Order: sequence, then structure tokens, then C-alpha cells
Amino acid sequence: MLPSHINFGRHDEGGNPMSVPAWNPAVEFMEREALERLQLAQLRQTVTWALKTPFYRRRLAEAGLTRSEDIASLRDLRHLPYTTKDDLREAYPDGLLAVEPEQAVRLHTSSGTTGMPTVIYHTRRDLDAWTELVARCIVATGATAGDVFQNMTHYGLFTGGLGLHYGAERVGMLVIPVSSGNTSRQIQLLRDFRATVVHATPSYLLHLHTALAGAGVTTDQLHLRKAFIGAEPHSEQIRRKIETLFGIEAYNSYGLSEMNGPGVAFECLYKTGLHLWEDAYILEIIDPHTRQPLAEGETGEIVMTTLQRQATPLLRYRTRDLSHLVSGHCPCGRSHRRLARLKGRSDDMLIINGVNVFPSQIEDLLMKTPEVGSNYLIQLEKRGALDRLVVKTEIYAKLFTGDPQTLDALRERLSEALRSAILVKPVIELHEPGSLPVSEGKARRVLDLRPAF
Amino acid sequence: MAEQLSVFVDNKPGRLNALTGVLRDHRINIRAMTIANHRDYGVAKLLVSDPRLAQRALMEQGFAAALQSVLAIVIEDRPGGLHAALEILAERQINVLDAYGFVVAPGQRAAWCMEVDDPDEAERLLTTHGLQVLTARELYQL
Repeated sequence: MLPSHINFGRHDEGGNPMSVPAWNPAVEFMEREALERLQLAQLRQTVTWALKTPFYRRRLAEAGLTRSEDIASLRDLRHLPYTTKDDLREAYPDGLLAVEPEQAVRLHTSSGTTGMPTVIYHTRRDLDAWTELVARCIVATGATAGDVFQNMTHYGLFTGGLGLHYGAERVGMLVIPVSSGNTSRQIQLLRDFRATVVHATPSYLLHLHTALAGAGVTTDQLHLRKAFIGAEPHSEQIRRKIETLFGIEAYNSYGLSEMNGPGVAFECLYKTGLHLWEDAYILEIIDPHTRQPLAEGETGEIVMTTLQRQATPLLRYRTRDLSHLVSGHCPCGRSHRRLARLKGRSDDMLIINGVNVFPSQIEDLLMKTPEVGSNYLIQLEKRGALDRLVVKTEIYAKLFTGDPQTLDALRERLSEALRSAILVKPVIELHEPGSLPVSEGKARRVLDLRPAF
Repeated sequence: MAEQLSVFVDNKPGRLNALTGVLRDHRINIRAMTIANHRDYGVAKLLVSDPRLAQRALMEQGFAAALQSVLAIVIEDRPGGLHAALEILAERQINVLDAYGFVVAPGQRAAWCMEVDDPDEAERLLTTHGLQVLTARELYQL
């Protein structure tokens, strides 16, 4: 399939007709009614697939469901049980495999932080469907077959590298499968092959920019136009910072290995939220505590049901990612609804002296403060009976005046601003540029030193 | 006016040593140095043989380093020597924010460096009263 340019009578600011690049316009601009009919048919298909697994046969029988015909409408979805990460761990290694082992052509497994692994299998058709979704994401950002794509995320069991790799190849881009790390080689390749589009974590791009300066390379010497950023939650400020530092457009990507990986939801040219491909996933937002569905616009846990994956179908999977649905229509005209930038993970939430705090709230504020750099560390300690929040941040060398009074005032200003934002008064520590850990993958920015009990 | 180098250093073992290492590597001599403790960090103020080279070398090594104007004068190394200079400033209500001094020739001359709230007026006053206000080069060649 070749990408098309769709014009639904939209005009740009100068009154000229605008076209929106799209990979699969028939699906991407499908009327809601048709989309929901497609969802219902695929949901029944998915339940049929799921019933082939020991896990879902038992779980669905407990919910009174033994045949896919029992699902009369999409509203019946709410009678289906949730699936959790723990379910995936218990079903490891093959309790959720819905096809004959010889039909599966690839698996992705993740060890997770608690040690018990999870696994997702794919048939050839599953991989093809995944690749199609990624191709849609890429084309929606305006990238084309003429682009040179340097894929700076890890290849292997992690889904980020291979997911974007195959999508970019399908679009017809020239793909440089460099994988993550090895910054000096990244810089060399960016220059030698004039890469125009990169895929990386936001923290790696910030690290790369510092390394470019160290290598005496300016962004003017590169040919970058776009970056796809994902795999770790980040603020709008971080996106803008990346765009300004490199002089490029950065598009937010959302995915998780349980839902294939990247390609679940992506920003289009308009960057008004991440279009989630609703022909491939049914999206719900629920209250993580009461598990009740939430209304549009309310922030809660993202729950997704796969609609296209035969080898490992997942019903109402609780992602633990927090977001909300963006209301209204996107100017691009796509009918698939949009997720707002991730607010964090339900299990990232910190409870500090009884107050709920998300690390993203702290990051937002730090990123709005030009005097501090982009690395930070949130440390939680116990002082007697009370929790103590220490926020370590680096000063920005170019704005250092030599005057310690200015720094003391900065410390006080940050502390006050955070107290009014998160209702906990932190201790702010200022450190030397480059002294806090920079992660080349998913940045670990929270250190909880409080004893468990 | 003379230039002093201000350097931000983490308040932990090994950082001051990292700073002086950079200066040694660039063959920069330290004439005077003071450090103010601000809990998690300190700010070191230094008079060095080549402040601009020192700043560039430190920034290249990732330090936050800034150059600041500092009022440096020569005073007599005897009881009342510093008092004579400070009296001139006190009379005109000029406030001293930060200061340090060192002996140049025992029993004869000392140097006194300070940050004040009105450096231009302080410089004019001190010069009028016959005190020598030093440039960076003069300060180092004492």
C-alpha cells in the first residue's frame, strides 16, 4: 500500500488547501459507526482466539462466557474480566498462547522489575498487522519514503527497536538499524548518511545533544527534521526543549510490549494528542481504584483490548499507564480518538506524607526553570516518622553568575513553587552540571530510600 | 578592576581536588582562594594567574565557572592598615558583601579583595584617598 494525501476541504492559514499524509486512509478516516462495527466483529474474533488458551477459557467461563456469540454489542465488553500484568506472569510461558506453537514466528519477553517474566507471541499475520500500524504512525508525522531513518532504540527483546524498524522499512525509508547507545557512532552515522528522522527516548536525545557539543558538532551540520520520542513519560517542556535544541519537530509515541510495542498511539502533524488505532485496540479509561469506567476527559488508567493479534489476544489489559481522552476533533480529520500525553504510571505514583505525587509534576516545574539543567533525581527519605522529599537538580552552567545569593534564591523559589504544586515542601539540592546520572535508556529518576516497614 | 573566578562545586569529597587539577593541568597558579559553604554546594572564589584561560578550561571540563569584577586594593601590613581603607567606605555608606585578603610582603604590604554594593563609587573614593586599585595583571604581579 502506498501513502495517500487526503484533503477534506481543510485550508492552511494562507487559505490554501491542505493535504494530510496518511498510510491507510480508508481505515484512518473511517466513520465512527463503521469503525465500531469493525471493532465488534474483531472483538468476537478475539474472544474466539482467546478461548483457545487455558487462561481465558477458565477466566471467561467464570464470567459466564463460553462463546464469542454471547457478545451482542460493544457494551458487553464491560462484562469481560480485566487482565493484569500478574495474570501474564502466571500464564508464562505458554498459558496465553492461542495458536499452535509452529504458527508463532516471534516472541517478545520482558523480565520486569519483580523478576517474573511475561511473554507475547506473534504469528506472521500479527507481525504484519503491527508493522502496518507503525507505518500509519510514521506517515502521520509527515515522514516519507524519501527520509533516512536512524533508529536509536534498543533492538532485541525490547519492542521499540524492531517495531519502528519494520514500520519504517514498510514505508520505504532508508533504515539505519544502529540500536541504542554508542553515542560517538550515532553522531558519525547521523553525519555520514544525513539521517533526517530519528527514534529515541527523550532522555537519550538530551544526552545526544550534550555529546554533540562535546564532539564539536553543531545541529546545523546535521540534516535532522523529525524525532519520534517515546518509551518513557516526558513533559511537553521536554518535547519543546528537544525541538529547540535540535531545530526539529518531535512526535510523541506511545506503546507497550503487551500491545505489541510502538504503534499503539502516535501524534500526527497537528500534535493535539496521540491517535490510538481503534481498529486494532479497544480503549477504555478506568479509575484504577474502583475499576469503574471514567468519562471522556477524566484521567485514569488506560485499559486496552487487542483486536488483531491471534497468537496472544489480551482482553481488557490494565496497562497501569495514566492518561485521559482528548475531546473534540483533530484538525487532521482522523476518526481515531486521541490520548493525552501520559501522566505517569499508576505504580509510579509516590505517596509522600499521605499526599499523592507524580514525578511528572516535579519534572514539569524543573523544565520550566531555565537556571537548572535537564537531569534530576527525586529522593525519598525517612526523617523520624515523616517522609522527606529531596529534589536534586543540576545548575545550568551558562546561567551561573558566580553569585551564591542568586543560587540560594533559586533553591528557595523552586522549593516554594513545588510546595504549591504538589503540596509537599521539598528540600532542593543544587549540583554541578553532569553530576547526576543520565540514563541512555529509560531514565530512573526516583530513588525511594524509605524502609518498607 | 581585577577579575576573580567563581566556581560552583558540589559539597563532597574529591570535587575541590578536581577543580585544582584542571588549573594544574593548564599551569595556572592560584594566588588566593576562599570557599563559602551553602549546604549541598559551595562557591569557590579564586584569584589566578590567567582568569580567562582558567574559566574556559573549567567550563570545558563541565564546571560552572564565572568571572566577576572584584575590587582589589593594596593596604599596609600593620595594625590599622585595613581599618584605614574600610573607614573610607563606611563614611559613604558603601556596604562590603564578601571579602578576603592575603599578605604580599610581610610587615609591608597586603592585598584586600572585596565585592561591594557600589563598586564604581568605591573605586573612585579609594583612588581619591591615594589607595591603589589593582587590575588583574597588577594583582597577580604583586
